[in-house]
Amino acid sequence: MKIPYYPGCTMKANKGNGTGFEQSSVAAAALLDIELVEMPRWYCCGTVYSTASDDLMKHLGSVRNLSKIQQMDEKKVVTLCSMCYNTLAMVNVLLKQDPEKLQTINDFMAPEEEFYRGEVEVLHFLQILKTDVGFEKIASLVKKPLNGLKVAPYYGCVLTRPKDVAIDDMEEPRIMHELLHALGAEVIDDPYKIECCGSYQTIGPMKGAVIERTYRIVKSMAMNGAEAIVLTCPLCEFNLDARQKDALEAHPDIPPVPIFYFSQLLALALDLDPSICKFENHKIDPQPLLAKLNLIKAIPTIR
Amino acid sequence: MTEPEIGSLAKPETEAESTAELEIEWISVYIMGKEYRAPNGLTIMEAIEYAGYRFIRGAGCRAGFCGACATVYRLKNDYKLYTALACQTTAEDGMYLAQLPFTPANRALYDLKKLEPSENIIIQLYPEVARCVSCNTCTKACPQSLEVMDFVQAALRGDIARCAELSFDCIQCGICALRCPAEIPQYHVGQLARRLYGRYLAPKNPNLKERVEEINSGKYDAEFEELSKLDLEELKKRYVEQQKK
Repeated sequence: MKIPYYPGCTMKANKGNGTGFEQSSVAAAALLDIELVEMPRWYCCGTVYSTASDDLMKHLGSVRNLSKIQQMDEKKVVTLCSMCYNTLAMVNVLLKQDPEKLQTINDFMAPEEEFYRGEVEVLHFLQILKTDVGFEKIASLVKKPLNGLKVAPYYGCVLTRPKDVAIDDMEEPRIMHELLHALGAEVIDDPYKIECCGSYQTIGPMKGAVIERTYRIVKSMAMNGAEAIVLTCPLCEFNLDARQKDALEAHPDIPPVPIFYFSQLLALALDLDPSICKFENHKIDPQPLLAKLNLIKAIPTIR
Repeated sequence: MTEPEIGSLAKPETEAESTAELEIEWISVYIMGKEYRAPNGLTIMEAIEYAGYRFIRGAGCRAGFCGACATVYRLKNDYKLYTALACQTTAEDGMYLAQLPFTPANRALYDLKKLEPSENIIIQLYPEVARCVSCNTCTKACPQSLEVMDFVQAALRGDIARCAELSFDCIQCGICALRCPAEIPQYHVGQLARRLYGRYLAPKNPNLKERVEEINSGKYDAEFEELSKLDLEELKKRYVEQQKK
């Protein structure tokens, strides 16, 4: 099965380890007979869905992408980044509910884009894994079960909120729990799984607040026995990984807890080459933990 | 551009003028609001000069390559503002014209030798790139018909090679920046990407290195020596012979 794939800008950034997320996802998908076909032309989704009711300009990037999917004669688009998923999906919902705004935006984009009819379905890769592949099938294809790996799924905000675009239950999401269970990991449920990571406050004067949030999230998950945290969003990754360094300095009472994208663990369990995961770009080095569980060969890290 | 002097060639349309024997079709253009007549078929630049203006800035190669003659115009009964190169666009009847000899857009200062072609470098030097809302106004304004928005978006995601490739034919006229609602200096962004690509990312040709080494080692010294002593006729003869091969 081929499906158009919208990467989003962070997926192309090595420093935030977007490339590790992308490469592990594309390779794992290929093994599961899903070809993620990157759109030949795509634009920044707008990063955050603008809630100003008259600020249609901010939605242009998303609509252009959706129109491009329509122009490719496709009906679906899949994302990896939660933020991109949320922005594209929210804009799509707005246009479906408000024909007048749909018309206004289409008028602005004419004639360079085809009239977008609001019919493209925006999906997150996790949904493809659950419905198009199925977790049972994934479990049957696992070659290196993640036995002994204690992981806490972290969903953040935008994958399950607001309700219009939620890919799972808003308060008790399970989709990542189920995937990780299928991979053989020991899944730890934690009340902080839908807590906001602090988002873009991480740059600017509120950086300290984000460090405190990261501390609380990591502490809760570590106290519940998690040795690693698994997530779906490059921004959450940055806050829980890079900002965890700051949190560890301020709060020596927590252990360093490595952060994974779900696709990295999927790729490991499917016995794909670990180099596609770009573990060397993580700020909290996950390699000792993986080596301890024989999931990767011990690699001497150079920093 | 300087205003025409009194008694210059251009005369207001109201003045009677015998044009029948020349069989010239005349058009009216409005240069900075003032009406002038010009023969049909001239470029905007020629029409302005016909009206008696002399270009001090805002003109260069007159062949669509240098990007000096950015112009903005409006047509009769049309609310839209159009942009073009004055030397490449035919003047039309009822055109309202103004020249844009310089674009005072933000331009980052950098020493190319000290830059690293990292994925963040463009956004560090031009953070306004992140303000792009994909409105495509830059693309619509570009007289070179480049996909300007696409190369700005490539810059945003740190794809220097794609930004350089898509902006390759940019002639730095600056119209994109003047039309951009996000105040992005697209033409400077593309230039930075091309410089980074050229210096750091473009594949190096191994033949060039080999040839430079050969030259430095003196491999061709004797031949050069011989050629430099030949007279003109002999040189011409050799050139023709070489071309035949």
